Amino acid sequence: MEWIQQLVNGISLGSIYALIALGYTMVYGIIKLINFAHGDVFMLGAFIGFFAIARWEMNVFLALILAMALCAIIGVIIERVAYKRLRNATRIAALITAIGVSLLIEYTVIFFRGASPAAYPTVFETSNFEILGVKISTQSILILSVSIFLMVLLQFIVHKTKIGKAMRAVSHDADAAKLMGINVDNTISATFAIGSALAGAAGVIFGIYYTRIDPLMGVLPGIKAFIAAVLGGIGIIPGAMVGGLVLGVVETIVSALGYSLWRDAAAFVILILILIIRPSGIFGKNAREKV
Amino acid sequence: MLKVNDIDVYYGNIQALKGISLEVNEGEIVTLIGANGAGKSTLLKTISGLLKPKRGSIEYLGSAIDGKAAQSIVKAGISHVPEGRRVFANMTVEENLELGAYLRNDRDGIKKDMAHVYELFPRLLERRKQLSGTLSGGEQQMVAMGRALMAKPKLIIMDEPSMGLAPLMVKNIFNIIEMVNKEGTTVLLVEQNANMALSVAHRAYVLETGKIVLSGTAKELQESDEVRAAYLGGL
Ligand SMILES: Nc1ncnc2c1ncn2[C@@H]1O[C@H](COP(=O)(O)OP(=O)(O)O)[C@@H](O)[C@H]1O
Ligand SMILES: [Mg+2]
Repeated sequence: MEWIQQLVNGISLGSIYALIALGYTMVYGIIKLINFAHGDVFMLGAFIGFFAIARWEMNVFLALILAMALCAIIGVIIERVAYKRLRNATRIAALITAIGVSLLIEYTVIFFRGASPAAYPTVFETSNFEILGVKISTQSILILSVSIFLMVLLQFIVHKTKIGKAMRAVSHDADAAKLMGINVDNTISATFAIGSALAGAAGVIFGIYYTRIDPLMGVLPGIKAFIAAVLGGIGIIPGAMVGGLVLGVVETIVSALGYSLWRDAAAFVILILILIIRPSGIFGKNAREKV
Repeated sequence: MLKVNDIDVYYGNIQALKGISLEVNEGEIVTLIGANGAGKSTLLKTISGLLKPKRGSIEYLGSAIDGKAAQSIVKAGISHVPEGRRVFANMTVEENLELGAYLRNDRDGIKKDMAHVYELFPRLLERRKQLSGTLSGGEQQMVAMGRALMAKPKLIIMDEPSMGLAPLMVKNIFNIIEMVNKEGTTVLLVEQNANMALSVAHRAYVLETGKIVLSGTAKELQESDEVRAAYLGGL
């Protein structure tokens, strides 16, 4: 029974990774850039949620929506200011810029509020309930429901709406998309907006679940979400979801087995293994990169 | 309808088009023939806004379109069927057609035009839920043409639609080009298959290393010794 609880914990953690990984994978799919600042947008989301709940006494769901909206705007600004002019530059130039943006965000936050961690306000009484002898916290359920809702919403946007179809078209062939009358710049902005909103949501959820946030909190989850995206097949949306869940479950199992010090290493072992065995990822077709 | 005036187009420092002028009148099929690397695709990409001319102008229905964004050129009524078809392989046939109508909001009109595309290409109706990447080359060409028609263009420009297709399929595609033209769409057709192109076109231009070297009615060019020697296999 304890295993099932661990599994639930793993899925909760994994769904946070998945939400972040989606932004990585969508942005990579459309402009072939590993947006290393993405983990920091996650951090900003956590802080926006923190201020909204603790200082402005907003309802959690409103705080979540506010964090998503502001992160969407921040994501678009990052793209327009830093990445847009690098579309035709070498990949390494774009990558270095992304790392620069990441550091800029981290140290701007530290400049304004210091590096000390903040404690997330308790928004739910941590109550557990039992199903068939398995204790499950209400928080886990909440995290899962919100994550699943957002992922279903994303699938709907990508497959059923005009902007979603434009995103898929641009990521497959930007010139052909232009010939359909699709505005490629706006479509890329929309991709950053959606990916960043999901990272912002992940930030708030992370804060509620782990209760401790700080300006560098985005680094490790960012890297792990990136690993999750690679694991699922970078550029592939369902891949990011599955990759995130797998990674979360593996990490939790490693901890549960008593190797909690090795938890972070597990992610990197997975990365190395996937790069050796199947570099295109679980869902990747060989040498094809698509959303 | 379309007037290209003395344009120069460059890739970096390399000049691909050197003072090209050409004209397409409403209702015509005009073909542009020339060997590989002559600059045919470059010209079409410049017309549809993917490339910008360094010099010269392009006029469409009386207003300048050179330097405009591709989407506003689509909006103005020019659809480009690109070389190599460039279908969205990870989307179904129907989704490809829907994307062709991206700038339109008239639901009923879109529905009607989709039905019409399926009439022109019954094969696509059978495969409408299939991913277009799994189709044969000829079927993908149909998707590319159908997708362009979904924008309801006044002028359709096509880049080597017969490339790599079996003879029967080539015939089919050319039939449809004629049909589309008869329904009122003006056509600018780039081809290496000069024989077929000249047989459906009203007028033609010959492009060699970035310059127009010959032009006239299709009939004139079919009978010209130079064209026969260079492009019609000396027939
Ligand atoms: N993206 C590009 N970058 C540099 N040179 C190009 C590019 N595309 C085409 N060219 C060059 O421009 C010339 C014309 O090419 P293109 O218009 O594709 O010819 P065609 O369609 O008639 O075969 C060729 O010399 C080709 O090598
Ligand atoms: Mg060509």
